[in-house]
Amino acid sequence: MFTNRYIFIYSSVMVIIVAAILSTAAMVLKPYQERNIAIAKIQGILIAADIESTTENAETLFDQVILEELVIDQDGKVTGRYSKGQLTEGDDRAFDLNLKKELYNKRQGNPYKVPLYMAEADGEEIYIIPLLGTGLWGPIYGNIALKADKNTIYGAEFGNDKETPGLGAEISERNFALQFLGKTLFNQKGDFVSITVKKGGVETMPADNRIHGVDAISGGTITSDAVTKMLENCLGNYVAYFKSQL
Amino acid sequence: MSSEKTEREPLFSPKYRKLITTPLGRENPITVQVLGICSALAVTAKLEPAFVMALSVMVVMGVGNVVIAALRNTIPPRIRIIVQLVVIAALVILVDQVLKAFAYDVSKQLSVFVGLIITNCIIMGRFEAFAMANKVWPSFLDGIGNAWGYGWILIVVAFFRELLGSGTIWGYGVIPQSWYIDNGGFYANNGMMILPPMALITVGVIIWVQRKRDTELIEEN
Repeated sequence: MFTNRYIFIYSSVMVIIVAAILSTAAMVLKPYQERNIAIAKIQGILIAADIESTTENAETLFDQVILEELVIDQDGKVTGRYSKGQLTEGDDRAFDLNLKKELYNKRQGNPYKVPLYMAEADGEEIYIIPLLGTGLWGPIYGNIALKADKNTIYGAEFGNDKETPGLGAEISERNFALQFLGKTLFNQKGDFVSITVKKGGVETMPADNRIHGVDAISGGTITSDAVTKMLENCLGNYVAYFKSQL
Repeated sequence: MSSEKTEREPLFSPKYRKLITTPLGRENPITVQVLGICSALAVTAKLEPAFVMALSVMVVMGVGNVVIAALRNTIPPRIRIIVQLVVIAALVILVDQVLKAFAYDVSKQLSVFVGLIITNCIIMGRFEAFAMANKVWPSFLDGIGNAWGYGWILIVVAFFRELLGSGTIWGYGVIPQSWYIDNGGFYANNGMMILPPMALITVGVIIWVQRKRDTELIEEN
């Protein structure tokens, strides 16, 4: 028979041992995991710029391709500039900004900063904007690259952590992202309209709006709507900056 | 473990081999015991996650059964379920962390499913029904056997769901593009196959085939 005393000691010891094993594992593995996350972030940016990379060459490619990293504040002013391994303006590097924290600040009505990457492709400048939003079950994220006109989409890439496989998680598929190519963010009057992920397909939209829409994922309506929301929320942060540049 | 095997049966005696083979067929956790159905529905829309899920379950079950069997005489019966749960949860978190560190791409595809292993009733079922009452080595074989029994059903279901639902196998297109109606052909993917209910129907078909071939499985009443 087991006494209560035994049971208490047994469970305490068990919990302490398990906690020790798990925290050791977490600590030992953390550097590897963080590196993987940073590389995944780099690869996402590169895919939006239409560059395939492997885990090994992602960082070198990134240094070659990205000409400048800008930090943009809520009023569209550049508060940080980083290029060729050096900070030339301000004191944040755009790559190190925590987008989740900045978007939280935005929701709270506090000052916030967002990153913008500049690269060169096919002889012209492109602007890469990282995205972050809330899907159905967890975070969704991505990158949108704009052509030099700061309006037409050059490349796109999306990812998710917990969306339903085969349904919402299809946003991570290349075919979904390819729909964005050539779409525009601003209408002819120059107003920001973002991109709508349209349930039922682009053809159900008014003809002159189709340039601002892509097809939603069948069976993944909530995730598709979340992508629309994410695009509007994240791309909107750059409108003031882009207008000041035109 | 080594002392056990010298005085008792050899490592792969017929009795021990049966621990591996019966869960593949006659005592299959999914088709006969109808356990672990929830994850079988969730992870089988594509072949790759189904495969990695099967592999992860095998690790958790093999190691978990060994741990529980080694501790079986020290576990107070009143808190045995809690102890089993702690062992499963710890192993699953460990598997998840290791995948995140060394197989990041796979872990990204699996994030939800790895967590789901904790709620997989097969694992707790085997701890409770087998590992609590048996030695370490047979428990290990039983864990591996049941994980395989679970895994092969997952892979078969995922194969058909991915083939008929998305027209791909392991992410590679196998249906010629020219067959599709969009391209002037006659074929369309069956979107219903990627919805969870079709996993249940596919499992049902496997159960049907299995009972047709092995009539002893049919209950009488």
